[in-house]
Amino acid sequence: MKSVKFLRNRDSALALIVLGLIIAIGLRAPVFVTPESLVGVLTDTSFLFMLALAQMVVILTRGIDLSVAANLALVGMVCALVSRAHPELPIPAVIALGIALGALLGAVNGALVAYIGIPPIVMTLGTMSIYRGSTFLIAHGAWLTSKDMTPAFLAFPKLSVLGVPVLIVIAVLVSLGFWALLGYTRLGRGLYAVGGNPVAARYCGIELSSQQFFVHTLAGAVSGLCGYLWVSRYGIAYTEIAQGYELTIIAACVIGGVSIAGGVGSVPGALLGALFLGVVVNALPVIDVSPFWQTLISGAVILAAVVINARSEKRGGKLILHKARLLAGGGART
Amino acid sequence: MTALSSTSAPQDVSAAAPILSMSGVSKRFPGVRALHNVSLTLRPGEVTALIGENGAGKSTLVKILTGIYQPDEGEILVSGKPFNCAGPRDAWAAGIAAIHQETVMFDELSVAENIFMGHMPLALGGRVDWFKMRARTRHLLKRLGADFDAGALLKNLSVAQKHLVEIARALSHDANIIIMDEPTSALSAREIGDLFLIVEQLKKHNCAILFISHKFDEIFQVADRWTCLRDGEEVGAGAMADVTQPDLVSLMVGRAIGQVYPKRAVKLGPVVLEADDISNATEFDGVSFKLHAGEIIGLYGLVGAGRSEAMQGLFGLSKLTRGSIKIDGKPVEIRSPDDAIRAGLAYLPEDRQTQGAVLPFGIRANLTLASLGAHARHGFVSYAKELATTHRFGARLSIKASNWEQAVGQLSGGNQQKVIIGRWLASNPHVLILDEPTKGIDIGSKAAVHEFMGELASEGLAILLVTSELPEVIGMADTILVMHEGKIVKRFARGEATAEMIVSAAIADANAGASQ
Repeated sequence: MKSVKFLRNRDSALALIVLGLIIAIGLRAPVFVTPESLVGVLTDTSFLFMLALAQMVVILTRGIDLSVAANLALVGMVCALVSRAHPELPIPAVIALGIALGALLGAVNGALVAYIGIPPIVMTLGTMSIYRGSTFLIAHGAWLTSKDMTPAFLAFPKLSVLGVPVLIVIAVLVSLGFWALLGYTRLGRGLYAVGGNPVAARYCGIELSSQQFFVHTLAGAVSGLCGYLWVSRYGIAYTEIAQGYELTIIAACVIGGVSIAGGVGSVPGALLGALFLGVVVNALPVIDVSPFWQTLISGAVILAAVVINARSEKRGGKLILHKARLLAGGGART
Repeated sequence: MTALSSTSAPQDVSAAAPILSMSGVSKRFPGVRALHNVSLTLRPGEVTALIGENGAGKSTLVKILTGIYQPDEGEILVSGKPFNCAGPRDAWAAGIAAIHQETVMFDELSVAENIFMGHMPLALGGRVDWFKMRARTRHLLKRLGADFDAGALLKNLSVAQKHLVEIARALSHDANIIIMDEPTSALSAREIGDLFLIVEQLKKHNCAILFISHKFDEIFQVADRWTCLRDGEEVGAGAMADVTQPDLVSLMVGRAIGQVYPKRAVKLGPVVLEADDISNATEFDGVSFKLHAGEIIGLYGLVGAGRSEAMQGLFGLSKLTRGSIKIDGKPVEIRSPDDAIRAGLAYLPEDRQTQGAVLPFGIRANLTLASLGAHARHGFVSYAKELATTHRFGARLSIKASNWEQAVGQLSGGNQQKVIIGRWLASNPHVLILDEPTKGIDIGSKAAVHEFMGELASEGLAILLVTSELPEVIGMADTILVMHEGKIVKRFARGEATAEMIVSAAIADANAGASQ
């Protein structure tokens, strides 16, 4: 049996729930299940896909990163300002700048968490405010709208590759990257190990600190990438962009079965968690549910997901004992 | 010795009636007989020393008296009444209080709150009566001669002062039976003197004290009577005045080393590991040894002697302040476990659950965790290589599982242990450090571990064996290093030392000076 973590039990259950949700909404509002509409949902959710994966790797190491949305806003603003000052700059350079700056901001978190020993929640709570405040300061509180951006800057997120919107393509590439990292590399194995048992990992030569530095830097790089994409897609940059979005991201992880205690989480799980929230947020206006109901429903769903996870783990426990008793007689089988 | 050999001494003439008497108490755990037919008597105004090797059953006995374990058999009478103890609260109610090696208290709260936690005096309406609580605390502290304030935060107190708080807590429960479990292990000489003054005070107040210590000078100073345990059985009891230290040592260890240990005669190879004067700031000092291929060096010592700590320093888990390490004659710098693994070291830690197994992982991922480098190319882990390793060590160690992806959390303790052993063998080490490899496993598995250890040595692996079990160190080791308070105090070649000699060195009484 090959150990690909794709669609383990919990993930397939979540996939069925998301599918059921889409069908249920489709019955009330058939317009929601047209291909164009569903592509729109995926495009809108692509930020959440990428950011949930980035958040997941931090949570895997028993950490959390609250500064990702502020990082996104700051990098988005910097990209918009740089592009306004240097309209001749090619878009790949702007994207590279976004990723590099995001990684740098993430590395600041990583360095202080890993080498000074500041708890991740405290560290990123601090940088969340610092990055948000910096966004205001560098723009002197101004809003940059599409008038301040070059046509090329605005056009990029509207491109499509073989008919698929470029945002979805980027989200797929990022997802494949995370899937390879977590499933197939030594580094990814180490991330699960430090989250599963940091002491045992240390005996095996896997140091928590270097892993912490890496995951925060990675989360920063993904936030930076999303910073440019967000600002160019919506054609506006201001201080409050994506304010509070870090909590949506964490919610997507939790719904997707990522354990806040660390060491447990899969790429399909995090993607499905993000998709679930994406569907809820996009579908409820279609069936005339007020935005206040949306937040309430998301909250209820998070709690339900946690309760279901807790219950399934308990059931698993009983099953294990039963299995262990069966196994007591048998030998190794491969 | 004749006076010692009778286990029960009915003709004991004592002024006071026993406040606690325990007879025929037994306690079994799966595969282990922790206590068998143990008797113990405590009298008011007397200090009884409980002595025995590591693992002799002292802790189990304390846990029975404090209600953490229930005995399988036997009778315990407290003040003449049967003691049916279902939990720590029942023990308090019976007047039994324990003071532990490591104090478990609330650092951020005041002395008064620590003393009265769980039974604070209440005023009208259920609010805490702070005035009364402080007054009672001051009274208790005065009685113990303590010089700190009832409102002082616990974190600002010294270890000895924290012990005083614990004793005050015991007295606040009107405890008249006080168990002191290694109370001096964290104290300075002056603080120990203070503690003994308090013990005298408690005796005057007619408390019965059970004093557990490895340090014979203290026992002879403070105790009136003694009871000795060995392998869960009571092997003697009597008055301190009637015995000498050598008597007690031979009672503690006096067993026939009759078990067969399969250490084979192995022709020793070249020196693979040379530690020279390795030291760290607080835990071990000037540890030196040479380890040959095929050799087993046993490190013996009492709990807290610094054996595991020295091995952890060697493995890069803690920082060395002094000393050097040579592997195959070449100096190496080991700053992290990663460096150690590269240098060919492997460390099987003492606590499998917290230091070894990664529970969410399957058997395969656990087995390859220490050797991912060898299983990867350009940073990508090769599943085929991992599976080959898993098959190899799964078969060699006969790990029982339904499949190789089964989470190790679902395996039995013995199988978990095998997975962790496999992990370190898969890293292809030249030197294997085994920290208490047979702790808490049944006799059958123990024999299998010993057999396997012998097999590995005969294949040329060099082994450092940290153990608290005398028969194990005598049976398995080619060289025995005895540690005491962070230093190697004695070295014995195989067959050179008796159990008594090893224990004497580990206790390090004044006449067993350091020999290098």
